[in-house]
Amino acid sequence: MIHADVPTLEVRNLKTHFFTRAGVVKAVDDVSFTVQPGQILGLVGESGSGKTVTGFSILGLVDPPGRVVDGEIRYKGENIANAGEERMRRLRGNNIAMIFQDPMMTLNPVLRVDTQMIEAIQAHEQVGREEAWERSRAALQQVGIPAAEERLRSYPHQFSGGMRQRVAIAIALLNKPDLIVADEPTTALDVTIQGQILYEVQKLCEETGTALIWITHDLSVVAGLADDICVMYAGRVVEHGTVDNVLDHPSHPYTHGLIGSVPSRNRRGQPLSQIPGMTPSLLNLPPGCPFKARCPRVGDACDEAPEISQPVAGRDVRCHYPVPAGETAGETAEVPA
Amino acid sequence: MSVANEAPATAANEAAVTPDVPILELRHISKRFIKPLDAAAKVANLFGAGMRDEIVHAVDDVSLTIDDGEVVGLVGESGCGKSTLGRVVAGVHAASGGDVYFRARDVSTMGQKEARDASLRIQMIFQDPMSSLNPRLRVQDVVGEAPRVHGLVAQSDVEDYVADMLLRVGLDPTYARRYPHQFSGGQRQRIGIARALAVNPDFLVCDESVAALDVSIQAQVLNLFMRLREEFKLTYLFISHDLGVVEHLSDRVVIMYLGRVVEMAPTDEIFGAPNHPYTHALLDEVPRLDTRKRKFVPVKGEIPSPLDPPSGCHFHPRCPHATERCRVEQPHLKEIAPNRWSACHLNDAL
Repeated sequence: MIHADVPTLEVRNLKTHFFTRAGVVKAVDDVSFTVQPGQILGLVGESGSGKTVTGFSILGLVDPPGRVVDGEIRYKGENIANAGEERMRRLRGNNIAMIFQDPMMTLNPVLRVDTQMIEAIQAHEQVGREEAWERSRAALQQVGIPAAEERLRSYPHQFSGGMRQRVAIAIALLNKPDLIVADEPTTALDVTIQGQILYEVQKLCEETGTALIWITHDLSVVAGLADDICVMYAGRVVEHGTVDNVLDHPSHPYTHGLIGSVPSRNRRGQPLSQIPGMTPSLLNLPPGCPFKARCPRVGDACDEAPEISQPVAGRDVRCHYPVPAGETAGETAEVPA
Repeated sequence: MSVANEAPATAANEAAVTPDVPILELRHISKRFIKPLDAAAKVANLFGAGMRDEIVHAVDDVSLTIDDGEVVGLVGESGCGKSTLGRVVAGVHAASGGDVYFRARDVSTMGQKEARDASLRIQMIFQDPMSSLNPRLRVQDVVGEAPRVHGLVAQSDVEDYVADMLLRVGLDPTYARRYPHQFSGGQRQRIGIARALAVNPDFLVCDESVAALDVSIQAQVLNLFMRLREEFKLTYLFISHDLGVVEHLSDRVVIMYLGRVVEMAPTDEIFGAPNHPYTHALLDEVPRLDTRKRKFVPVKGEIPSPLDPPSGCHFHPRCPHATERCRVEQPHLKEIAPNRWSACHLNDAL
């Protein structure tokens, strides 16, 4: 029942705020994006940029004192922002799955892998144990776990970190979800193991048409994996476009600076171009553009928060003074602080 | 002094053509961690269970020479022994075998005063500044304690000295009376650097020092490392799993796999034309900004447990070119071109 014109996920003006004793933390503040079937979206940002909370909001996993205060999350046209717990339970793990950075968050340490996998299937579908077991075995094989039958009888602690992450991915795949939200799933893994996981994920999206949101701080991973990229800063999407466009000709000064500070983009031994200062606290964010204190292109208009504009076709940028298209990243090096 | 004139014992030494004395030399360094049998196992052994101590060869016969002013990048995946080697260099761990020479003097034969002096000259910067800074000390004590105790500055001058150090690492000296938890991750790492610099070292061991930082902050700290190198004439052993960072910073790169050095070469050469199959695999897997929508071709297999490493060449179960010889015989580091070392049997076939 996939309508070609209905995106798998459409997030419109999402706002998730945390009401703490010290004040309101606007962790996600007006975020919009769409993901089509089979598409991979990279959600990139530094710590505290709101990328994980965006992922949690989609799955309805935001706990008090936080809540989705405004905006829409449309899963195949149905608004699931603030949907009832019963509805979310039916969607989670069935239509929408999540992969966490730490696979031990997904896996129960005292249950065997087969118990957990069969449970995940039977929670959503009326199938016999035999059939569920067979599907679990197939899922483990799909993510490249050798001797799947044997491994089904193991406990999570008997797996290595990379294998554990594969099991977590296999569980996410069990019910053939239309959308997977992956939150830094390879950050804790070694490069060769990361390569293996990326290979499996890429194959999966191609073969099954699953849409994927890949949350990460690592621009280089997104470059090799994603179709589209969303760059977040202080709870807002500051730039959104295709990977080629955004990485080759970033418009927002933050994206520009971020790409410039990746070591491989710089001449060896030369100082890296750097963004001065540090990420602002989301509590009591000053009015205006949150990036203005660190921005090399700051001007008078920046005292007012910029709205989304399209300086180039097919690109959303939230900036009063976007970088002109001709300038490539890393060329305008800052004076080191 | 007798050791200083001894003929170079390692093959690696012959490569060093500089007449100057290298700042640091490791000769056949090994580090084993032994987990002794617990009481239950000992009892079981009385009944003939035949259980043995668990031994991990974290570092296995590593020889390495580092010249004055050089930046050497030490790369490997988790469990390859890179951190252990760094700790042996910094004197945190004693080596189980082999010798460490600092400015051509064997560290183990030094007198007390000389040994203390040498250990001050080599300082270490850790990955997580929160667990390496005492949370109950103010920054001025964290940074100022060591130089005061070692008599590098007079008590009355400590405050100015700390302020100067903080300025040099890009921190506001008025923060000196704050505690570590009042700083952000990047600032804390700067405090860790100031602490190391305060005793006027020649050599810094940086163990994953930027791994925990955000990209924009990481660039700031890397720039700081490069500026300090000039300013203080420092030599670095830069340990990292991040090849991008290592490529940017290092003059020479050493690649380790399961406790052994597999390849060692100047940075340009190792990134331009890797020799060892493991280096190949590692470089292929590094995500880069310029490769879009790439086809990931995975290296097969997992990193074996260092408790029970494969026979022969440790990499052979994952190596696409492995032969029978790789399964039985351990390859040794050989100079395949001037200043380029690789431990692979395939080089013999050429």
